[in-house]
Amino acid sequence: MNSSHRGLLFIPAGFFLLMLLLLGKALFWNQREIPSALLNRPLPEFSKPTLDNPNQTITAAGLRGDILIMNVWATWCPPCHAEHPHLVRISENEPDLVFVGVNYKDDAEAAGEFINTRGNPFAYILTDVDGKLGIELGVRGAPETFVVDREGFIRFKYEGAIDENVWQEKFVPVISQLN
Amino acid sequence: MKKQLKRGCRLVKALLLLISFSLISVFPSYAAIEELEFSSKEDRERYKKLTDELRCPMCMNSNLSGSDAPIAADLREEIYSQISKGNSDAEIIDFMQARYGDFILYQPPLNKGTLLLWFGPIILLLLGMLFIRKLFARSVNNAIAALSPAEEAQLQALLDDGFINEKTNSLKKSS
Repeated sequence: MNSSHRGLLFIPAGFFLLMLLLLGKALFWNQREIPSALLNRPLPEFSKPTLDNPNQTITAAGLRGDILIMNVWATWCPPCHAEHPHLVRISENEPDLVFVGVNYKDDAEAAGEFINTRGNPFAYILTDVDGKLGIELGVRGAPETFVVDREGFIRFKYEGAIDENVWQEKFVPVISQLN
Repeated sequence: MKKQLKRGCRLVKALLLLISFSLISVFPSYAAIEELEFSSKEDRERYKKLTDELRCPMCMNSNLSGSDAPIAADLREEIYSQISKGNSDAEIIDFMQARYGDFILYQPPLNKGTLLLWFGPIILLLLGMLFIRKLFARSVNNAIAALSPAEEAQLQALLDDGFINEKTNSLKKSS
């Protein structure tokens, strides 16, 4: 038996190891990190009334020109309660970004009271009572946060509550590339 | 008389309980569909097929029809309204895929990113078969080469003897 033949024996062993590695990766793969289908696509067109004034509507085109942090939230969502004080602080530290809230399938009165008592991190709050804008954005639940660049393209999406650590680790690198 | 009446009452109660329990187990699975009104039987079938085929985006392994997640309910409603509007199955699936990605399809589409997923197992099988063939071929070669000079002489003697030829001829005759 020559040595080149013996080397053949390592091929199945190598495949086995590769399979094991892939399986291990899949086991610890975070399902929150399924990439959004809308990544690098334009923000869908919409026209939604604001929470504080139902006669005022905001459109996707009207928001163009600024870097947007679009946060989908609701009073029925416990992680949104946890996230809120962090969002308030982050928005105070980032005056150049426009924070837009999407009040998702919520009761307007409860949402208004929530903002009045806990502070308002948002420049605008859109109401999405029937969740149609949520579907347009591919939202699976709340909270979800999108980063939209000045041209109106979605550059990043994060599912789950944001705090200062998440902001530094996930959002700051994306936003610094847009500037 | 009173005792018999009491016993009868108990029997009726037990029967009613049994019937109500059997109803509980039957109806909920239809409830989601029964609430909706479709203009035709085909539309109802399409609704059922689409909600069975599309995956709930919030869940790892549940279809839209089998999920209680709020987003699954919203997407069922979206499918219902699109069917009512007259959209085709392909249009509805494209709508979902554009917003929720390939994840919403149980059967992944064939593209660059999924080539390995589709053909990986076949390639692995072929490689395995090739490997086994190689292994076998080698062991056969080794067995032939392993005959000692004495054994080779014996084999040659048998062949010269016509022993093997006779044997095979007699076998052919008998069959």
